[in-house]
Amino acid sequence: MIQIEKLRKVYRARHRAVTAVDGVDLAVREGEIFGVLGRSGAGKSTLLRCVNLLERPDSGRVVVGGRDLLALSGAELRAARRGIGMIHQHFGLLSGRTVAGNVAFPLEVMRMPRAERAARVAELLELVGLTEHAGAYPAQISGGQKQRVGIARALAGRPEVLLSDEATSALDPETTASILELLRDLSRRLGLTVLLITHEMEVVKRICDSAAIMRAGRVVESGPVRDLLLRPGSELAGGLFPLPAPDVREGATVVDVTFEGDSADRPFVSALARTYSIDVNILGGAVEQVGDGRIGRLRIELPGDPEVNAAQLAHLRDSGLTVEVHGAGARPGEGVRP
Amino acid sequence: MTWDEIRPMLGQATLETLQMTVWAAALTALGGLVLGVLLVATGRGGLLPVAPLNRVLAAIVNVGRSLPFIILMVAILPFTRALTGTTIGTAAAIVPLTVAAVPFYARLVETALREVDPGVIDAARAMGASRWQISRKVLLREAAPGLVAGLTITVVAIVGYSAMAGAIGGGGLGDLAVRYGYQRFETGVMVATVVLLVVVVQLVQTLGDLLVRRLSHK
Repeated sequence: MIQIEKLRKVYRARHRAVTAVDGVDLAVREGEIFGVLGRSGAGKSTLLRCVNLLERPDSGRVVVGGRDLLALSGAELRAARRGIGMIHQHFGLLSGRTVAGNVAFPLEVMRMPRAERAARVAELLELVGLTEHAGAYPAQISGGQKQRVGIARALAGRPEVLLSDEATSALDPETTASILELLRDLSRRLGLTVLLITHEMEVVKRICDSAAIMRAGRVVESGPVRDLLLRPGSELAGGLFPLPAPDVREGATVVDVTFEGDSADRPFVSALARTYSIDVNILGGAVEQVGDGRIGRLRIELPGDPEVNAAQLAHLRDSGLTVEVHGAGARPGEGVRP
Repeated sequence: MTWDEIRPMLGQATLETLQMTVWAAALTALGGLVLGVLLVATGRGGLLPVAPLNRVLAAIVNVGRSLPFIILMVAILPFTRALTGTTIGTAAAIVPLTVAAVPFYARLVETALREVDPGVIDAARAMGASRWQISRKVLLREAAPGLVAGLTITVVAIVGYSAMAGAIGGGGLGDLAVRYGYQRFETGVMVATVVLLVVVVQLVQTLGDLLVRRLSHK
C-alpha cells in the first residue's frame, strides 16, 4: 500500500546540513498497522511527513496506493492527500470550530454538499464515540477526546491510508490504551492501512503488525513484529525485554530463551531441570502481551560451560524456543543488544 | 459660554469624530488585513514565499509607522487633495488617518496570524486544502480573536489621531477642545470634550472585548 524507496531528506541550515532521512526503504502492506519506532531526532517524523509530502524528499520514491506522489502536480497532490488521513501529536484542531465543525472541515475542503456533510459528520462522530460532544469546542474536551476528533477528521474522506504522527505521545497511559484500541479496531473494520511513528515500545507492542526501528535517519531493523521479537539480537526484543548485560560466571552458561504462544504456557524450565537433573537459576525475564499473542523472554543460568550444556540447549531449541547463549568465552558485551 | 451654546457644538464635533473614526477604521480594517496577510504569506515559511515582495512590503510598513502622525498628515497633503479634491474637512482627514493606521494595523494582523498554531496549518495541508482554503478557513478564522483585538487597539489610536486631524480643519472633538477649551480658556468645553472622548474610547474597547470573547474558544 505504501512503498518508500531510497528516501533521503536533508535539512540545510546556513553552515551545516542535517540528513534527517538517509536512504530509507519501507513497504507497508495493505491493511496492516506498521510502526516506526525511534528516539526523537531519529528522523521518523520527517519520514512520515514525506509520505504525504508535507516535506518534499531530496531523492527517492514515495508510492501510496500505486500512485507515485512525487510525480503529481499541485492539484493532483491535494486530491491524493484527501485519500491519506493523518493524525497529529498535538491534534491540530481548529480552536474556533466545534467538534462537529472540525470533522466537517475536510468535507468542506473536498466540497461535499452541505446536506451530505451533516450526515457524514454524524456518522464519523458515532464511529469514534463523540456524538454527545458534537457541539463542544476543542478547549472544552480532554486530550483523548481531542485525538478522537482528530481520528474522525482524518477518516472523513474515507482514506485507505492513515498516517499517525506520535498520536498518543501527549496522552496519559490509560487514554493511550483506549486510542490505540480504537485505531486497531478501525483498521480492522475499515481495512485501513496505518503507518505510525512513535517512541513508545508500548504502541508497537499493542497494535503493530510490523515494525521498523529507526536510528540516525536509517532503518536498522524491520519486519513483522513477531519475527523481530523471536530473532536473536533483535533491538526490538531488547527494548521490549530490557535485561541488563549478562554477568557470566566462570563455569556457567547464561541463556536468553524467547518463547511465544503455546510455549509461553509450558513449564520449560522445570522440564529442563527434571530431564537433565540440573539446577536452573532464573536471572530475569518477562512475558508480554504482543498483539493477540504472548511473547516472553527468560534469562536462565545453567551449571557448566556451554559445551557441557550442548544437549540441554538442543533440547530447548527442539521445544520451539529461540535460544541466545551468553556462554563462557563470550567477551563482555557480546551477545548483548546495544 | 452657556451650556446651550456648547451643546450643539459638542453634538456636531462628536458626529465629526465618529465619522472620521468609522470611515478610517473601515478602510484600515480592509487595507491592514490585506497588507498583513501579504506580509505573512510572502514571508519565510509563508504560504507564498516571495522574499523581494516581502521586503518591499515590510519597508512600506516601517516607513508608515515611523512618521509621526502630524508630519505624515502634512506630508501627504497633495495625495489627500488628489483623492478628495480638498485638504480641509472631515473627508480630507480620513485620508491621513487611514494612511497612518493601515501599517499600524498590518503589523498587528501579522502578529495575530503568526500566533496561529502551525500544527493546525499542517493538518489542513495534510487534508489537501488549497492555499486559499487555508488562508480563509484556517489562518483568518483561527486568528479572528487576535484580529479583532488588534482592530480595537487601532480604532482607539484612530480616535486619538482624529483629534490631531482637527489641526488641518478636520473638525471633531479634538479640534473643539483646542479651539475653545485651550485657546479661549473655556474649561467647560475642555472637560466636556474629554468626557466625550473617554466615552467613545470606552465604547470601542467594550465592543471590541465583547466580540473577542464571542470569537475566542480557547
